[in-house]
Amino acid sequence: MRERQASRNARRAREFEAFVAGAAGRLLHAATLLTAEPPDDCPRAQRLLTAALARTYASWDRLRGEDPYDCARKELAVRFARGTWHHHRGHGGVLAHLTAQERVVLVLRLFEGVGEEQAAALLGLPVERVSALHARAVALVLHPPRGPAPSAPLHGAASA
Amino acid sequence: MSLQERQDAAVRAVLDAAPPPVVPPELGAEALRRGGRALRRRRIARRVLWFLLGVAVVAFVVWATMARPWVEPPSKTTPPLTGW
Repeated sequence: MRERQASRNARRAREFEAFVAGAAGRLLHAATLLTAEPPDDCPRAQRLLTAALARTYASWDRLRGEDPYDCARKELAVRFARGTWHHHRGHGGVLAHLTAQERVVLVLRLFEGVGEEQAAALLGLPVERVSALHARAVALVLHPPRGPAPSAPLHGAASA
Repeated sequence: MSLQERQDAAVRAVLDAAPPPVVPPELGAEALRRGGRALRRRRIARRVLWFLLGVAVVAFVVWATMARPWVEPPSKTTPPLTGW
């Protein structure tokens, strides 16, 4: 019993390490886009990814054929959406002048290629809302506003 | 190609063009450590719940064999005396 458990742990760890070696780069890229941090200094993105990967590892035995990358990506987006909806504004990266919600939608839809309905279900938003956020985010990326990033409504102190 | 698709493609190019961050080497190990801890905790919680369930079943069986709640209790009152 104990031995079987040990061999299962070893196999899971091996598979997980192979998965991380292949997928962590892309996932961290997505995470830095989400947190809007510059690529060379992204502590929040790293924390987010570590948590998402830990969760993926914990549910590894129950994936049963589901792609672990999907699981990690889902965890990443949901964790970011739940944790930091309106708080931290970005301070770097190409999506710095977008809101957190716009960034999640854009990263899921375009960077990760997730369908509109799926993204809406993942974020718990109506499809129309996702579609509107997507349109606004695309417009903001293609035609960035001049000057400093607009401060957030209400608690507008931009995070340093 | 519609305008929407062209715009999406342009944004996708912007996203992909951002220089990819370097993954710190200890990130995977840290995730594995934390995930393993969560797994262990979950396993212990499951064991405790099964143990409690077992204890509850044993306690119920013991109580039932002693108290025999299905046996009709002996009547405590005398039936009324009629037909004297």
